[in-house]
Amino acid sequence: MARVTIDGHTIDVPEGTTIVEAARKIGGDIVPPTMCYYSTLKTSGGYCRTCLVKVTKGSDKDPRPMPKLVVGCRQTVMDGMEVQNITSPEVLEAREGVVEFLLLNHPLDCPVCDQAGECDLQDLSYAHGDEGTRTEFRRRTFPMKSIGDKIKLHMNRCIMCYRCVKVAEQLCPERVHGVLNRGWDAEISTYIEKAIDSEWSGNMIDVCPVGALTDKTFRFKSRVWFTKPLDAHRNCDVCCGKVAIWVSGDAVLRVTGRKGVYHEIENTEDGKPGWICNTCRFEKKNLSDWVIEGPRHIDRHSVISQNHYEQLKQLKQDLSRQKQIGEKAHNN
Amino acid sequence: MGRQLLLDNLDKPGINTLSGYQQTGGYESLKKALQMKPEDIVTEVQKSGLRGRGGAGFPTGMKWSFLAKPPGEPRYLICNADESEPGTFKDRYLMQHKPHILVEGMIISSFALGANTSYIYIRGEMMYVYHILQKAIDEAYAAGYLGKNILGSGFDLDLHVHCGAGAYICGEETALIESLEGKRGNPRIKPPFPAVKGLWGCPTVVNNVETIAAVVPIIRITGEEYAKIGVGKSTGTKLISASGHINKPGVYEIELGVPVEEFIYSEQYCGGIRNGKKLKAVVAGGSSVPVLPAELILKTANGEARLMTYESLADGGFATGTMLGSGGFIVMDEDTSIVKNVWNFSRFYHHESCGQCSPCREGTGWMYKILSRLLDGKGETKDIDLLWDIQRKIEGKTICPFGDAAAWPVAASIRHFRNEFEQYISKGKSDVKHYYRINNLQES
Repeated sequence: MARVTIDGHTIDVPEGTTIVEAARKIGGDIVPPTMCYYSTLKTSGGYCRTCLVKVTKGSDKDPRPMPKLVVGCRQTVMDGMEVQNITSPEVLEAREGVVEFLLLNHPLDCPVCDQAGECDLQDLSYAHGDEGTRTEFRRRTFPMKSIGDKIKLHMNRCIMCYRCVKVAEQLCPERVHGVLNRGWDAEISTYIEKAIDSEWSGNMIDVCPVGALTDKTFRFKSRVWFTKPLDAHRNCDVCCGKVAIWVSGDAVLRVTGRKGVYHEIENTEDGKPGWICNTCRFEKKNLSDWVIEGPRHIDRHSVISQNHYEQLKQLKQDLSRQKQIGEKAHNN
Repeated sequence: MGRQLLLDNLDKPGINTLSGYQQTGGYESLKKALQMKPEDIVTEVQKSGLRGRGGAGFPTGMKWSFLAKPPGEPRYLICNADESEPGTFKDRYLMQHKPHILVEGMIISSFALGANTSYIYIRGEMMYVYHILQKAIDEAYAAGYLGKNILGSGFDLDLHVHCGAGAYICGEETALIESLEGKRGNPRIKPPFPAVKGLWGCPTVVNNVETIAAVVPIIRITGEEYAKIGVGKSTGTKLISASGHINKPGVYEIELGVPVEEFIYSEQYCGGIRNGKKLKAVVAGGSSVPVLPAELILKTANGEARLMTYESLADGGFATGTMLGSGGFIVMDEDTSIVKNVWNFSRFYHHESCGQCSPCREGTGWMYKILSRLLDGKGETKDIDLLWDIQRKIEGKTICPFGDAAAWPVAASIRHFRNEFEQYISKGKSDVKHYYRINNLQES
């Protein structure tokens, strides 16, 4: 076991746990935000740099602080490690910078984006971003694409988190989708627009933190906060069949996996992630297809959450507190 | 001229062939090394104080001693010949004229590290050098220096040359490994370091061409003798690719410790500034290291003469110092516009960013756009602070050192030449007379 202290909270975690996972065990405000890390996808994380934290003490054996900020989603904890997240002005400033970079070419078309209301980037920019923008240049644009007949790719909104690439690598048997081009022009694509017809490809919609990959059967049907999430299941030969359905009246507008507090697919009883198949996701759109278990509670401080406004107020207070810390450090 | 350990005998005809190389004492170090124990070679390199010549200057012997040696797992040595840093062309020169010194160095180093398969990862643009190296390797195979049971020592080695596809980022060691494995050349997230998990998940050492070539003279003259050359912790000789507004641009082998002033002005090296102009600024180690104005490159902030060593050039940190880097020594005379220069560098980094992590992908492009607008005469004073803020938010926040490399030139240009930026903004053009025009100045 390794004893790690994050922002003054101490916890014992098994060796090899990452800082983010340790922080999630503590919970609350001190959990670094993650845009590209997805605990159930191997080798994910490290790209977006939002989870940068400061290690003020490496371990009991080697108490030197780490010279640079490290990514919490990849850095494993050591016994005696001390980590600063929201108590470090340096971290908050770096994070504000990362949010600015992520939004630099993001179209901010939230009013017409299907992801609005459950978007990680929205949450992140409310919590850690600056109010205004310093972007003065034309934003980068890509043509819209379809990945198969059920998924729409809106590359303009993409933040290159690589989560969908990891889904394609790890869930779909034949990988025909990845990253093309380099740097500023890099884009997610299926090579030569080849359609993905894997049974699992729809999961890339669930892992997408922004509105870059959206469900064509749901696009423009309804804002997410007007739909009611219900836990439901059916007997499926391919997947676990445990889903969240989003209904309006009697109509099932969309079907997604069950996302937990960090917007990741929850594990089913057998301890495996509850990925769902494309049949369940795209084709079972009648209430009679499903056995309703009950209403689904959305924990995340997103717009769709019922107690969102209270949480937002709390968030704003936290933010001004963080700003004060930052300014104080700046003045010193 | 000091001692020549790498570029000696270059005037001998046929030095690029096996027989010519052997006539000048080539492959004698290999024969000597094969009589030694592999650990002793590592110790010898440690004693020599040889430091990585690719830019970071990390002690090579220490790097070798970090190599994990799990039983039953192969180990690899990779030579990083993906020399793409603007201003640096020493490795190409060495490989082109003395390919066998690299081959010999690879065999000795592989023997020291216990690697039975080694790779030279060469930049795709240098196709003709690839052919030269391949020919040298074929000759070495024919002479029994490569293959099974080299010179009866029982040591087997296969050496491959692999051509990259011309991405700057593939000079970063983990991106190089990814590329060598046939994947997209994206840097890996460290840890694990290549010394533990590198090529195909096995322990791997990645060294620069010049570093590996330097092992040959170290074995020949012994590590102690090598360590006597140079000043303090900067031992041995270093290849410097001198370019820019000097009378004699080219690749020079210097003993570390030569004063910068002597290097620029003496006849045996750069031969002074072209057309009798005055020195304005120097980029001392390839495009990514901070640019320094004339008064700071010749003398440190304390008034001491600056020497061509790792320590002396870095004296004063980034506030008044720079880095030896890869030895790409770019000299600029008084007619050079620093704003245009940094624009050109930022264009390069914008183009070469791999796009994996957000600060670098977005930040390099943003800086390039701001500088392009500034160069178009549409800059505002706030742009200088904005550039400063952006570079600060990139530096140290990225997966690999590319972000730092993109941030440092911008930071140093603003730090030392802020008035030139302000002047450019107020007039919409530079006061400095230019020798060159810049095309394709459009917002992309």
